[in-house]
Amino acid sequence: MLSQHLVNIIYLVAAVLFILDLQWMAHPRTAVRGNLVGTLGMLLAIAATLLSQQQDWAYILIGIAAGTVVGAVTALRVKMTSMPEMVGLFNGFGGGASVLVAGAALVAASHALSAGEASLQMRIATVASGIIGSVTFFGSYVAFGKLAEFLAVRWKLHPWQKLVKFSFSLLVAAGGIWYGLSLGFGPLSILMMLSAAAIAGILLIKKDRFPGMDTVKILTAVLSIVLGVLLVQHADNFLLFWALVGVAGVLGVLLTISIGGADMPVVIALLNSYSGLAAAATGFVIDNTVLIIAGSLVGASGIILTKIMCKAMNRSLVNVLFGVMGPTSETPDAEEVYTTVKSASAEEVAMLMDGVQRVVVVPGYGMAVAQAQHAVRDLANLLESNGVDVEFAIHPVAGRMPGHMNVLLAEADIPYEKLHEMDEINPSMAQVDVAIVVGANDVVNPVARTDPSSPIAGMPIIDVDKARTVVVIKRSLSPGFAGIPNPLFAADNVLMYFGDGKKAILDLIAAIKEL
Amino acid sequence: MTDIVMLLTVFVLAIYVGFAVIAKVPPTLHTPLMSGSNAISGITIIGSLVLAGALHEAPLAKLLATIGVAFATINVVGGFLVTHRMLKMFKRK
Repeated sequence: MLSQHLVNIIYLVAAVLFILDLQWMAHPRTAVRGNLVGTLGMLLAIAATLLSQQQDWAYILIGIAAGTVVGAVTALRVKMTSMPEMVGLFNGFGGGASVLVAGAALVAASHALSAGEASLQMRIATVASGIIGSVTFFGSYVAFGKLAEFLAVRWKLHPWQKLVKFSFSLLVAAGGIWYGLSLGFGPLSILMMLSAAAIAGILLIKKDRFPGMDTVKILTAVLSIVLGVLLVQHADNFLLFWALVGVAGVLGVLLTISIGGADMPVVIALLNSYSGLAAAATGFVIDNTVLIIAGSLVGASGIILTKIMCKAMNRSLVNVLFGVMGPTSETPDAEEVYTTVKSASAEEVAMLMDGVQRVVVVPGYGMAVAQAQHAVRDLANLLESNGVDVEFAIHPVAGRMPGHMNVLLAEADIPYEKLHEMDEINPSMAQVDVAIVVGANDVVNPVARTDPSSPIAGMPIIDVDKARTVVVIKRSLSPGFAGIPNPLFAADNVLMYFGDGKKAILDLIAAIKEL
Repeated sequence: MTDIVMLLTVFVLAIYVGFAVIAKVPPTLHTPLMSGSNAISGITIIGSLVLAGALHEAPLAKLLATIGVAFATINVVGGFLVTHRMLKMFKRK
């Protein structure tokens, strides 16, 4: 057995390795090493913990084996385009683990201290862990379900989507009601069962909003706090803890279910932060500094990313969480805006590319949907072999999570030196011969600069309209997430090249080769 | 210093370290940053292990902690692995 002293020193080493991991994330050259160092830190912390006490190995091995299989299979099989779903889902497991540890610690403490009571610190931390962890767990499941397009939608689902959707609801409802009944009838067990039923029910609704939603949101937030205060006073009452987890779960579902599309990066970053803060709270429950340090690092990371995303949309966090995005009465009519749209064929676009010097590609979520990143790479390589300078301009909120486009382009072997941030490329946009927009809309809408009454007013955009010529590859003139028409598409220097992203680019490559 | 104050000190300082370190991560690496930090938040596995492995513990505590071990392991294994997969793709010219 290792002494507690030695274990704590190993925890300190692990904490330093985690910080080093994040520090080395500052550059693609050192990031791989950073991640390995972080892994080493985690292994050290786990080994020290296992060697610190006599173990009942059966439970531990079952848990680790199950988690390893699920984690490894998911991580190795997930497509890069589905990374937002996966990170969303993993945030949820982090939050869920925090709730479970806090709950288990509460049970354990009441057994050990049947005469005395759990400390005040532990009780407060258990409440924090329960609320934040539960909001994270259920909120992340909703984010995952919305990104994987099986929650709050009307269309027909794939069999696997149906399976996940219905079994999750069934599990929550059955679990809550079974546990509630086993503890006997009382106001708290009824509250817990009602919460479980509400979560299960809301997740089956085919809409993302329903009347009275905001009232329930506020009600559950207040109720969570009330239950939390009660739990601090009566820590021996597990039922209070589970009622708290249930009510906070309803809150987590309601906070995320109405958020869609382009706002997802904010929510994923926020849930990332919560999963860290829940871990830190759990550290206070079990008096463990490495949990507090690691949790705080993750919490800080999520907060920074949330801020960056909000800034990139020129919206406040409150507006993202509670606001409604969409056209206003002052939004101009699409038909008026689009009277002068010019459409071009692959051959015309290919001719345009002949003899140019500098091309900038602006990818958006549409590129991910069309899985067009490899075709884009082929186009870039072809142009470069003709002596053209090709770069990529990436808006911070392009895609469904921070950095989503960069990962897709890296997957397609595009060197990271060619990927430029918005602020880096905008000043030289006027010197660009051709800007190619692939599946992006709102992030290149000049209305953000010109019309203060627009829902995207003040949002920083990539100034493709300043390039000499713009080619927009898009399926149709349908609006982006903001629901407003984009006058860029009708500008004099803009050609619309309609088609599915991948096929359109492959046709363009063929046309350029034929020139 | 009392225990709680010491833990709070650690918490506040760690948040500051986090802000300082993460502000330097470029947008290009924000997705791996998220999956990597996700893996780090799997540190809750430590808490679950202590409770799941304790020899004399209430069965309910052990059951909850065992599920906790599984959840946190998903985070740790899946998080570090997928981050490695992604980071290996970032290449220079």
